[in-house]
Amino acid sequence: MSIGDSDMLGVTIAGIKMKTPVMTASGTFGFGLEYKDFVNLNKIGAVVVKGTTLLPRSGNQGRRIAETPAGMLNSIGLENPGVDEFLSTILPRLKDYDVPVIVNISGNTVEEYGELAARLNVADVAGVELNISCPNVKEGGIAFGTNCNSASAVVKQVKSNTDLPVIVKLSPNVTDIVAMAQSVEDAGADAISLINTLLGMSIDIYKWRPVLGNVVGGLSGPAVKPIAVRMVWQVARAVKVPVIGMGGIVTAEDAIEFMLAGASAVAVGTANFINPCAAHSVADGMKDYIKQRGLSHVNELIGKVNL
Amino acid sequence: MPKMVVEARIVRNTEIGVNVKELVLYAPEIAAQAVPGQFLHVRVADSYYPLLRRPLSISSADRIAGTVSTIYRVVGQGTACLAALSSKDSVDCMGPLGNGFVIHGQRPLLVGGGMGLAPLLFLAGALCPRPTEILMGGRTKEEMFWADMFHNKCDAIHITTDDGTLGSCGVTLDLLPEVLKSGAFDVIYTCGPRIMMEGVAKVAKTYNIPCQVSLEEYMACGIGGCLSCTCAGQDGLRKKVCTDGPVFWAQEVMS
Ligand SMILES: Cc1cc2nc3c(=O)[nH]c(=O)nc-3n(C[C@H](O)[C@H](O)[C@H](O)COP(=O)(O)OP(=O)(O)OC[C@H]3O[C@@H](n4cnc5c(N)ncnc54)[C@H](O)[C@@H]3O)c2cc1C
Ligand SMILES: Cc1cc2nc3c(=O)[nH]c(=O)nc-3n(C[C@H](O)[C@H](O)[C@H](O)COP(=O)(O)O)c2cc1C
Ligand code: FES
Repeated sequence: MSIGDSDMLGVTIAGIKMKTPVMTASGTFGFGLEYKDFVNLNKIGAVVVKGTTLLPRSGNQGRRIAETPAGMLNSIGLENPGVDEFLSTILPRLKDYDVPVIVNISGNTVEEYGELAARLNVADVAGVELNISCPNVKEGGIAFGTNCNSASAVVKQVKSNTDLPVIVKLSPNVTDIVAMAQSVEDAGADAISLINTLLGMSIDIYKWRPVLGNVVGGLSGPAVKPIAVRMVWQVARAVKVPVIGMGGIVTAEDAIEFMLAGASAVAVGTANFINPCAAHSVADGMKDYIKQRGLSHVNELIGKVNL
Repeated sequence: MPKMVVEARIVRNTEIGVNVKELVLYAPEIAAQAVPGQFLHVRVADSYYPLLRRPLSISSADRIAGTVSTIYRVVGQGTACLAALSSKDSVDCMGPLGNGFVIHGQRPLLVGGGMGLAPLLFLAGALCPRPTEILMGGRTKEEMFWADMFHNKCDAIHITTDDGTLGSCGVTLDLLPEVLKSGAFDVIYTCGPRIMMEGVAKVAKTYNIPCQVSLEEYMACGIGGCLSCTCAGQDGLRKKVCTDGPVFWAQEVMS
């Protein structure tokens, strides 16, 4: 990447300096290393790693994904090696790359979130993203993500246990996304990311059985984009902290829509499965758009939708 | 070895059985590296539905011609899209993905059922000049076009069909003990329905013959990033079928 690129695309979100505003969404990009044959990790805005818990988790039984119109359902169930394994064997391998690493965390209790944040308060982690929105496991945080008081308690606990920037990832499975956003901002969130997946279900009409082993799962991909754009727009105008927009981004055009709605950065998720270089193609396309529109920096797009 | 994503020109996409087609792609970078047991992850259409790639085993690779092939059954929307493509088209293809079979021993027996025979075809070629035999099963005679394809790669072909229209009536597992007694096999490679592979692994264990199985799981990324495809390993840890497999030693993933 030339100097000019980062001049045009470089952003700082909650103190995390990124070369482009395009991050990779948690759970869709492994720990980053899995993608190293396909993308130059040094050219990604930030890598948000798979949801990490205090103890290792083996995830859900049975079939975990199902394709749906313009999207997919997943019920991985937060399979992950646990925070200690992450710190001892995965993080050291990420040190070879010049890319901010943000760790997505999930706990069963407020204290667990705090404990996770404390253990991850190390130099090579750029920030933590609180997953209070996983629809796939009972303990995966959704209970925290659908109630303003408990969301706020989690954020406060984490903030008091870390010096790192704290991003709070919101669930779209709520009635009032703005109220949730305001509670976590009041509790000290440094940035807000949204949306996590929408709770969905698929049924096999020949077997009369749910397609997923877990019965229900989270919907992601292009199908959710209009909902995500709407929620980003609602939240961005109601809070002061930066918003990271995601949900169905496949192309630069999709990402630009999120920025115009008010996002200060974006993340690509499901698109990584279709195009392992998606984070690059989206960033490259954004740069072209900025040039074509005669703008000088991607920041000039933020929240510029004219009502 | 690096994995790649390439826009591969279709050399041909021809029917070789009822609802079964062979797709030959010009992808020299993939052909140069592919080993038996590995798979391609194919974007069957530039669309949002189907959205995800489809995993398909490599059934042959020709380094000189720069081609890789896959043999697939049309079962749903994605494979129907693929079946509609012709030699004027190209497809976006990732590969070669996963770990292949470990070449082991001197006297291999292949056991395959249904589309599981596709990767074994590539393997049979790679096992030359070892005296290789294959035990293959299908529902009916029409499905057993495979026999011709293995003809010049195997020393003996044992066939079972569910309805007895070709070879012996029954399933591969019925004939397996008899085949094992007929030769001093020192390794078994199996690919096909899970039930069949579990049965083969069990028999292999009683005969004390090392056995490799090639698993199938629903996949999104194909490269270890999403954990859609994991299965329980005998060591208590989860295994990613896409990157730890799809080929495993039977005892790694089966009791
Ligand atoms: C490593 C590996 C190698 C394979 N090799 C071959 C091969 O050589 N020849 C062949 O005919 N088939 C092979 N398959 C199965 C093949 O991937 C499916 O038949 C195909 O994805 C079906 O797609 P569809 O859209 O036509 O069917 P649909 O049923 O409409 O597919 C819906 C979704 O389910 C997935 N899916 C459906 N069936 C399977 C399956 N059996 N395994 C994994 N995912 C599935 C699809 O990828 C898609 O995401 C292989 C699968 C794996 C995992
Ligand atoms: C397979 C899969 C696994 C995911 N795992 C996590 C996770 O561990 N933690 C989390 O916060 N979000 C997780 N997500 C949600 C994504 O990070 C993202 O918020 C969502 O998929 C919407 O973006 P997309 O439509 O671009 O995929 C996962 C999504 C998918 C598809
Ligand atoms: S398919 Fe994504 S980890 Fe195996």
